[in-house]
Amino acid sequence: MSAVPVSVPLPNDRALRRDALHERLGLIGLVMPAFGLVLVTMLLPVGWLFYLSVLSDSGSFSLEHYRRMWEQPSYARTFITTFQVSLITTALCVLLGYPLAYFLSELPKRVANLCMIAVLLPLWTSLLVRTYAWLVLLQRRGLINTWGMQLGWWDEPLPLVHNLTGTVIGTLHVMLPFLVLPVYAAMRAIDRDCIKAAANLGASPTRAFWLVFVPLSLPGLSSGVLIVFILCLGFYVTPAVLGGGKVIMVSSRIANDIELFFNWGAASALGVVLLVLTGALILGASRLAKVDAFGSREAP
Amino acid sequence: MTWLTQPVTETQITRRGRLWLYVLAIAVLIFLVVPTLIVIPMSFSGSQYLEFPPRDWSLRWYRSYFASPAWMQATATSLKAGVLTALVATPLGTMAAYGLLLSRFRHARLLTTLLLAPMVVPIILIGIGVFYAYVKLHLVNTLTGLVLAHTMLALPVVMMVVGAALRSFDLNQEMVARSLGATRLQAFLQVTLPQIQFTVVTAAVLAFLTSFDEIIVSLFVSGGENSTLTRNMFNALRDQVDPTIAAISTLIIVVTSLLLVFTQFVGKREKQGG
Repeated sequence: MSAVPVSVPLPNDRALRRDALHERLGLIGLVMPAFGLVLVTMLLPVGWLFYLSVLSDSGSFSLEHYRRMWEQPSYARTFITTFQVSLITTALCVLLGYPLAYFLSELPKRVANLCMIAVLLPLWTSLLVRTYAWLVLLQRRGLINTWGMQLGWWDEPLPLVHNLTGTVIGTLHVMLPFLVLPVYAAMRAIDRDCIKAAANLGASPTRAFWLVFVPLSLPGLSSGVLIVFILCLGFYVTPAVLGGGKVIMVSSRIANDIELFFNWGAASALGVVLLVLTGALILGASRLAKVDAFGSREAP
Repeated sequence: MTWLTQPVTETQITRRGRLWLYVLAIAVLIFLVVPTLIVIPMSFSGSQYLEFPPRDWSLRWYRSYFASPAWMQATATSLKAGVLTALVATPLGTMAAYGLLLSRFRHARLLTTLLLAPMVVPIILIGIGVFYAYVKLHLVNTLTGLVLAHTMLALPVVMMVVGAALRSFDLNQEMVARSLGATRLQAFLQVTLPQIQFTVVTAAVLAFLTSFDEIIVSLFVSGGENSTLTRNMFNALRDQVDPTIAAISTLIIVVTSLLLVFTQFVGKREKQGG
């Protein structure tokens, strides 16, 4: 075999290579229609918005739209509201979703799957339907106020909608499944013998839960928290309806800038900030996850 | 009450000890389900006010929906956009998933990321971006523009569903077919496609729902006689609570559930068949 000189190509070598190239180009060609569409309807337009965000009204390069964001208090209010809604919603998601996921993970699989329908049902129903339902429940003459007053729990209709309360309740309802699903999956994967071992070694139920079970469920919890928080930051529909124009989050502000003021520069700059924020959160989280995996490998 | 005092966990906690957990979990489950379901009985109410349980039953809100030319036109637009999106996104997404899986193209990962980007980029940014592009391309308020934008949003869904099926499919079967003289296209159409057809149907249904449910892009680029159902509903919700929306919501819940049950059913058949 070693007698065959390497430099001499096999007779049909070139043909084979051409064939391989053809095949490869053909396969890449299959991707191109989809890519072309995404390019024209998303990548280029969003890139164009980046460009618009650094143009002044007279058309020259400037960072005025970003500077205004820093200087005008109304922008600060928008960002504070956005973070407020996102943080409260995420915290409530954890407080309600984690126990629910734990409860489901303790149930026999078949019963748990049945209960999962309840978790998935909101995901399956149109967002507008759910927002409408909350509007009906929470408004001044809505069901909750009517029932509450009939039962004598309160005398005046409570302001439950067109404010922060309504926004958070509606957003929480939309986000909860996104937290429960990854947490539940992580909990199902935990080897329950670890808890038994902890108990066997003398840990009280509380200690075993906090020192063994919770850390093992953390990967699911952190990805759930990340998803919920990111979705909250860019959420538009439910806050716009249940906030009633009083809770202005970043997305609402972008929409207002376009629909009412035709201010493309300001809207684009806000959109860029939102995108960068989202990207940074995702990147940061994936870094953390890597460090985490590495760290746990190093631990004895 | 021995049931309450029996230990339920590995750490010997009794049922009584975690009664709070059961109560909380069931309350959360109710919180998740009831708001959606409460719309259904309310849509059959006969009174102007939304009350529960309704004092008298009637179909007046359904009549008002079916009698309104604006709602009918919006429904027709949404259905057309959904069907066309499914028809365009399914083949495009399937081709892309197939091409990306098989080509050991150096930048395949980058390309995948870019194609899945519509799922990660904040939707409001996509909305105004598409609007800006469509103003230049004269596609605002056209069905074509709406379908193209919805196809872009549905592509990631199709690619993920079909891609997962292709990865678990033994592609050597195609190699066999081709070694017996079939072209790549013939091999795909006659060997692979029949075996993943139910997944492809599921992907098409999900693409339809992506378009049918989509709100924000529709808000910006649909209007006039091509206004979608979601756009009209959103605008109606911002003004006042019109019980007609309860009727529409109920119809949407029924249609969506039927479609999703259908995909579950289809998925089961494929698993049994394979």
